[in-house]
Amino acid sequence: MIRASLALARRALRNTARRPQFAAPLLVMPTLFLAANVGGLTRSTALPGFPPVNSFLNFQLAGSMTQALLLGGVSSGIAVALEIEDGFFDRLVISPIPRVAIVLGRLAATAVLAFTQVLYFLLIGTIFGGGPEGGVIGFAAIVAIGVIAGIAFGAIGVTIALRARTVSTVQGIFPLVLVVLFVSSAFFPRGLLEVPARQIAAFNPLSYIADGLRNPIVGSVSAGPVLEGLAAAVGLAAAAIALAVWSLRVRLRAV
Amino acid sequence: MSTAVTALTASGRLRIVVALARRGLNEVLRVPGASIPGVLAPTIFLLGISSVFGAAAKLPGFTADDFKTFVVPVGMLQGAAFAGAATGVNLARDIERGWFDRLLLVPAPRLTLLAGLVSSGALRSLLPSVVVFAAGLALGVHFPGVLGTLLAFLLVMGLSTCLACYATTLALHFRTQQAAPLMQMGGFIAVLFTPAYAPADLLAGWMHAIAVVNPVTYVLQGVRQGFVGPVTWSGTWPALAAIAAMLVVLAALAARGMRQTGR
Repeated sequence: MIRASLALARRALRNTARRPQFAAPLLVMPTLFLAANVGGLTRSTALPGFPPVNSFLNFQLAGSMTQALLLGGVSSGIAVALEIEDGFFDRLVISPIPRVAIVLGRLAATAVLAFTQVLYFLLIGTIFGGGPEGGVIGFAAIVAIGVIAGIAFGAIGVTIALRARTVSTVQGIFPLVLVVLFVSSAFFPRGLLEVPARQIAAFNPLSYIADGLRNPIVGSVSAGPVLEGLAAAVGLAAAAIALAVWSLRVRLRAV
Repeated sequence: MSTAVTALTASGRLRIVVALARRGLNEVLRVPGASIPGVLAPTIFLLGISSVFGAAAKLPGFTADDFKTFVVPVGMLQGAAFAGAATGVNLARDIERGWFDRLLLVPAPRLTLLAGLVSSGALRSLLPSVVVFAAGLALGVHFPGVLGTLLAFLLVMGLSTCLACYATTLALHFRTQQAAPLMQMGGFIAVLFTPAYAPADLLAGWMHAIAVVNPVTYVLQGVRQGFVGPVTWSGTWPALAAIAAMLVVLAALAARGMRQTGR
């Protein structure tokens, strides 16, 4: 199963690398959104109630990472939907490999993508003066939360693709990605969000993932936010992978 | 064939433009689900941005009473951007399915076909922008008056036409729906790299420099003027000039793509 999963992961990554113009938005879109937010609202750190940070860029980096990871999840879903539409999925099903490798291979590729996305934003932060301040432990915490969250979002995308089976439907979840992002503390301090977003953000796992990613970026590592972020990412990943595997079984019964 | 093309009268060309525009609009009626993302995205953007960054209106120097009033025009232009991008995505789908090849057999100049394709984008932009406008009014946003409203929708349609040309160029180049993110990204970014979130004086220096040279800034200010103050000619003509300049450049690129297709 591991060999089959790794082979499928390599194939997925090769496909991504072959057409970088289609993968670029996964980094470019959040980067431009980061630039727009920082350029437009750079003076927000002067608002009463804004936590002490070196710059608004420092604060926004975690939000952009979360957004990129979510888009990576949508992209994984689109890739699976494309494989269903063009018949590659059916060929995989009749090939002598464990069926669950179809999901695990895709998620392994998503993990590599998530790792790349996290590194990219840390690099962007470092170049523009907003690098992580939490040292090696902070860096490890950011990578761990980011990669696990990326796998979780990828599993959600795969689940939707297996249920919907069309690219257009998976692409249609993009607005929902915006919704869950906006009702979290990914882009602004929870205390400064308007009602009812402030209340919803308290129950949104994305808030804890973003806050966990942010803590080592804006200062020294605090156990509370990092562990909460890690727990939110692990919980979401476990539930989403279970859903993806269940959706695969439902899909296989229909083939 | 070339004789037929040259013999086509102006009214004949207009009929083709109208037919293609109607086909684009028919999709909205026949597959309403396909329009939902384009309507939802700017509406969610408006509601989301207002919820997240609403406190920014308390910054000294902010020129609107509340953040929602300030960003409703941004949401309307985002709707225009999505509608423009949808024109390209639909064209890419038609190319993939072979329908576009059949369209090219129509004895009409490529420019006429292009006009038909992008005019459907302009009309479709009314759907998301009306929804965003209505959502804004429901949330208590200041009504910009009849003139301000008409001007806002005129500029929305103008920007959508420009972005439909941009998306058409990409669709003709890549010939696949997978290029959809590229089509959506162009308009999305063009609208955000303006005084979208804050007045120009509150922007970071580098953002201010970009906003000054970004033509969409002037379109946004033209749409916004009725929401935050009176509609004036000095606030209107730069918006109209920006639309005209973008249309000349982007339509020329799309027309070049149309001419090269199938050669």
